[in-house]
Formats: sequence, C-alpha cells, structure tokens
Amino acid sequence: MSLAELWFILIAVLWAGYFVLEGFDFGVGMLLPFLPKDEVERAAMFESIGPVWDGNEVWLVVAGGATFAAFPDWYASMFSGFYIALLLVLVCLIIRVVSFEWRGKSSSPRWRSVWLGANAVGSFGAALVWGVGLSALLYGTPLASNGDFTGTFWDLFNGYTLFAGLTVVVFFAFHGAVFLTLRTTGDLRDRALNTARVLALPAAALAAAYAVLTVIVAVDRNDKSVFPPVLPAILAIAAALLAVAFVFRGRTGQAFVATALGAALLVATLFTSLYPRVMVSSPNFGNSLTVSNASSAHYTLAVMTVVALLVLPVVLLYQAWTYHVFRHRVTGDAAHYL
Amino acid sequence: MHLILASTRVDLARGQFATTSLYHFLFVPLTLGLGPIVAIFQTLWHRSGNEAWLRLTRFFGTLFLINFAIGVATGLVQEFQFGMNWSVYSRFVGNVFGAPLAVEGLAAFFLESTFLGLWIFGWDRLSPRLHLATLWIAVAGTWMSAYFILVANSWMQDPVGYKIVNGQAQLTSVWKLISSDWALYAFVHTVLAGLTAGAAVVFGVCCWHFVRKRNIDVFRPAAKVALIVLVPVSLANLWFGSHFGILVERLQPMKIAASEAQWSTCSHCAFSVFQIGGFTESDQTPTYSLDIPGLLSYLATGSFSGTVQGLNNLNDKYAAQHGPGNYKPPVRAIYWSMRVMAGVGTLIALIAIVSAYLLWRRRLERLRWFLWIAVANSFLPFVATSAGWVLTEVGRQPWIVQGLLRTSDANSPNVTTTWLGISLAVFIALYVALLVVDIWLMRRYAGVDPAPPDEQAPAPQPVPSF
Repeated sequence: MSLAELWFILIAVLWAGYFVLEGFDFGVGMLLPFLPKDEVERAAMFESIGPVWDGNEVWLVVAGGATFAAFPDWYASMFSGFYIALLLVLVCLIIRVVSFEWRGKSSSPRWRSVWLGANAVGSFGAALVWGVGLSALLYGTPLASNGDFTGTFWDLFNGYTLFAGLTVVVFFAFHGAVFLTLRTTGDLRDRALNTARVLALPAAALAAAYAVLTVIVAVDRNDKSVFPPVLPAILAIAAALLAVAFVFRGRTGQAFVATALGAALLVATLFTSLYPRVMVSSPNFGNSLTVSNASSAHYTLAVMTVVALLVLPVVLLYQAWTYHVFRHRVTGDAAHYL
Repeated sequence: MHLILASTRVDLARGQFATTSLYHFLFVPLTLGLGPIVAIFQTLWHRSGNEAWLRLTRFFGTLFLINFAIGVATGLVQEFQFGMNWSVYSRFVGNVFGAPLAVEGLAAFFLESTFLGLWIFGWDRLSPRLHLATLWIAVAGTWMSAYFILVANSWMQDPVGYKIVNGQAQLTSVWKLISSDWALYAFVHTVLAGLTAGAAVVFGVCCWHFVRKRNIDVFRPAAKVALIVLVPVSLANLWFGSHFGILVERLQPMKIAASEAQWSTCSHCAFSVFQIGGFTESDQTPTYSLDIPGLLSYLATGSFSGTVQGLNNLNDKYAAQHGPGNYKPPVRAIYWSMRVMAGVGTLIALIAIVSAYLLWRRRLERLRWFLWIAVANSFLPFVATSAGWVLTEVGRQPWIVQGLLRTSDANSPNVTTTWLGISLAVFIALYVALLVVDIWLMRRYAGVDPAPPDEQAPAPQPVPSF
C-alpha cells in the first residue's frame, strides 16, 4: 500500500469519525425544535452535547486540513468547485457554533429561541449539504483536464445526491435520538425513545437504499466492480437493521453502537466506491482526480504519517475519556458557572 | 474586459481573505491572552483556597468563552477559503503549506476543543486539580495552534525547505519549515501580542468597575495580575518587534522599504515619525517629514550606519530576476500600518507603566480620568494587531508566496465574480451581526457583579430589546 492510499483511507476514517460524532450532535440539534417541552428539557438537550460538540467538529477541520496536505489537487478542485455548497456549510456551522456559547447568556425567551433555531437550522443544513457534496464526488461533476471544476452549483444536484442528503439528515436525526435516550432522563428520555422508534424504519430504509444506490453508481459511473463496495454496503445495511431491532427492544446502548457503525459504514461504502478516484469527472471520465494524480509527494506524506500515527491514538484516548467523564445522564438543571 | 474581470476576481478574493483574517484575528489574541490569565486566576484559587480568585476565574472565563466561539467559527472559514478562493495557490503550496494546517488540527485544535469542553462542563465532574489541568492543557492547545498556523503563514513570507517539481512546491525539510527564523519570530511576537491583548482587556474591565465604584475589592487583585502580565509583555514586544524588523530587512527588504517609504537606498537612514507626501512613484520626496536621524538604519539592520535598500533599487533587482514589472506593495498603506502598529504598541506600554505606578501608589482607583484611559486601552491591542497583519500581508504583495507565486495568478479561475461578491457580502453581514452581538454580550458580562462562588453564573436581566 502506498502512502497516498494510506492517506485516502485516513481521510475516509476522519470523515467516518466526523459522521459518527458530529452525526449525533447534528441529530440532537435537528430535534431541538420538536422534542423538548420546556426550558429545562431544552437545557438538557444542549447539555447532552455541550461538552463534546466542539471536539467532534474538529474531525471535520482535520479532514479538511489532511485533504489540503495529502491531496492538494483534490482540496483545490473540490473546495473551489463546490463553492456555494461550502459557503452554505460555513454559514450553517458559524451560526451553530456561536449558538452553543451564546444561548444561555440571556434568559429572554426570544433570545433563547433565536439561538435554538440557529442550532437546528445549522445542524440540518450542514448535514444536508455534506450528504449532497460528498456523494457528488462519486456521482461526478464536470472537471477540466487540470482538475478545475467547470460546472455550476446545479451540477451537484441529481437524484442520487439529493437522496444522499435526505439520508444523512434522517439518519443523523435517528442517531441523535438514540444518543438522547442514553443521556437524558424521565419524560424527555421517553419522548426521545419514541422519536427514535418513529425514525428507525425510515432511517434504516434510506440508509439501505443509499448503500445499494452507491454501489450501483460506483459500477455505473466510476468503473468499479460490485465487489469490494458491496461489502461495506452490506455491513451498513446490517448495522441499520440491527439499530431498528435494538431500538424496538429498548436496548438503546446497543442501538447507539449500531447507528454509530451505520454512519461509519455509509462513509466507508462511499469511499470504497470512490477509490481509486477522489473526484469523478463526468463527462470526460479521464479527467477524474485519482489517489495517485492528486496526492502530495512522498516526503510530505511520510512526515504526516509519522505525526498522525503518534498523535491520533492520543486524541482517541482523550476524546474517549471525555465521553467517560460526561457519561452521566443530564437533567437540564445542573449548575452552569460560565 | 477579460483582464478587468480577472483583476476584479482577485480583488474580491483578497477582500474576502482580508476581511476574514482581520476579523478572525480580533478573537485569536483574546483567546491566546485571556486563556492563560483565567488559568492563572484558577491556579491562584487552587493554591490559596481564596474564593475571590474563583469568582474572578468564572467572571473572566465567561468573557473568554463568549469570544472563543467566534474564533472557532471564523477559523473554519480560514481553513476552507484557501481551497474555495485560491485553488491555484492551494495546488501550488499544498505539499508544504497544507502539512502544518493538518498538524494544527491533529495536534492542537483537537486538544484545545476537547479540553475546553472538559473545563466548561467539568466543574462538578472532575477533581479540582484535574479540572485546573484541563484549562492549562486547553491553553497549551491554543498556543500550539498559533504556532502551526504561523509556520504555514511564515512559509508565504519566507519559503524554506522546499523544491519546485512540475510547478508544485514540494517539501524537502520539515525541520527547516518548522524552525524557520520567521516562524519562531512570528510566534513569539504573536503570543506576546495575545498576552498584551488579554491583559489589557482584563485590566480595562477592572478599571471599568473602579470607575463605577463597584466590586473594587474583587477586581483589585485581578488588576494587579493583569499589570504584572501587561507591563513586561508589552515592553518585551516592543523590543522583540523591532528586532523582527532586522529579519524582515534580510528576507523581505521590499516590505521594510515600503514601510518607511524609502525610495532610494540609503545608509545612516533617518526614521520618519510621520511624513506628508512621498508615497507614490511620481512623488517620491515628502513635502514634510519629522525625522529621527539614524533610527531606520538601526531598526532595520541593528546598526545606526547600516544600509537600507530602497524601493526603486529593489524593484530593479526583482525585475532582473523575475522579469519587468512592479514589485512594490502599496507604499502609503504599509507606511501607515507600520506606524499605527508601533505607535499603538508603544502607547499600550506607556499606559501600562503609568497604571502600574498608580496602582503601586494606591491612587489608581480614584483617578477617574485615567481609569477611562485604561478602559479605552483595552481596545488598543486590536488596533495594533490588525495593523500588524496589514503590514505583514499587504507588505508581501505582489507575491502570495514571496518570490515564487504572484497573488494575481493564484485565485480560483472557476469561481465567478458574482459568487465571490455574494459570498463576501454574506460573510460581511454575518461578521457584523456577530460582532454586534459579541460586543453587546461582552459589555453586559463585563459589567455584572462577579457571582459569589456558590451561585450560578448570572444570566443577566433585563430582557434584550431585539
């Protein structure tokens, strides 16, 4: 395996980590307008993700930085090409980031509902655009021979990418509802479980259909065989079905493991389908960016590999510890000192 | 027509970069400086058990977090906009410039974000000792973050440790990259500026309470800590910043020549405190200037008789190397940004020294007119840092990477003028709205009475009016 291939895998892992982690905090954000009945419950929902959302978002920052460093051509083509989509993501993430720190800074109901709304819209919008944007890498967009995107905003949209956006939104909402059943108590937890039950079948059905569609698109538009992409696709479908079964049996801990695996495996399905290309060009398939023609030179990749191998395990350890520290259920009336 | 559109696109992309960077860097120094001061307060509480320090920790911790949020949000824009607006640049530099950005995320941003979350929510979950450690680790994360970002920026000023292969810069020595003189100077200069900003804000907030004769006993010790940081740090940065000038003269002489509007090469060069005229090609001799003999030579070379190269001579030299053209940055903007940076920096140091004297003589709290100056002083570091970045980035023009790639060749060719305009407008609207809310929140939370330790942070009444 070349270092460029290793970094393709690492970037897939970073996106998978981002979908697993920010996936549930986006899900909690999307459920904010619907689930809580009063201020205490709203506070509980914010508190359930309060300590961890920022660390979760860094997975995206690192995925972006790693793409820049390991695949400069991919970063340049994707970020300049998907310009409007990324502008939307940035607006969504900015209003969402500040909502966490600012919502509690006044007790005015109007102030609080503005920032709750900002969080919900930001979570929904960012999830939707990531679903569309990442799937557009596989479906293909018009690229010039130097890799420059030559299409328009609308080239990102087609049946497949829109379906992907919808899948990501619904699956994250499901993932978030399951997360809330583990972190909240009382009525709020009961409603979270009910919501998870309502979302379970649609989310699993969408995820399964998305996995199948992705393999079809890979074969049809990216010159792939059914195998290997079908492998993560089958596992993703299995994880989604298990999540449904666990949710209906009330085994929410196992259900969360299943939704987390489902999110990671959907990303794995997409990236396996994409390989060895990183951005499919359509038309002019020959202009596609690939792992080898878009990557940095060996030295840069070697340096980055050493850093990643040293640092990433430590990051995983302290992030896991954070989840351990905040494993208790939240009630929304805890003391806030800051 | 095509050329005009192309230059409009570059200008819009530059406008967006300038807006985002300057805006981002209002919040970065505050994070760099306020973080350690809050950590010092918490350490003092931990050591002494005196609950006054705990009140200060929570009071200034709240101000810290209000701003940290915008710093994070605009940092994302910073990372994305290289690819969005500067795709040619990104392809050219990714091998070298991308690496410190990726490492920043992995080694620093993960650390600060995760541990800050632990600190904010960990008061009742962690032992006091461990809880204190989480803040210091988060602070270390913010400083490391600054280092890696400055390593990336330094490579644009002084490219080292690379070779050009097939039109791309490729890294040849990571050690040269991370230990370049420029990166180390920029890091120390930035951290000192951050500490200056943090300490000036803490001191300003204390003085604002003194003016209103409120919570004097609570804020007196905080004012003392702030000045213990502010006096040495603001003085050290003046000294250090002037030494930075010698490095810049060696690596980017054009920037120094422009910052002094020095058109022809000189020795024993005078430094002009200000000048009228003399900023353009057609008007190279100022109609009036207030000169300090020899000082420019000293600042740029370390010797009063040193030779400082002039704009015209440097332009001829670059033209011989890179082909005919204009290699001079906009002189007027650079000249004044340098003076604003250095002048405001000096003013901050002076105010700090006078404040320390007054505090020592126990006269500070009664001197109302001076207290207002100290309140105003908390805004000055941001003027100086903004001017400093204008000097650094505009002073590098016409290059985006010094000597290797021109800014006018580096933007995304496929992003239309319309969308560049729209995105710039969207960001400006968002930034202004966030700044208004931020200032409103800061004013509110800087003005409240620090809560006794057993109470929750106040969510101040009355209800906001929008």
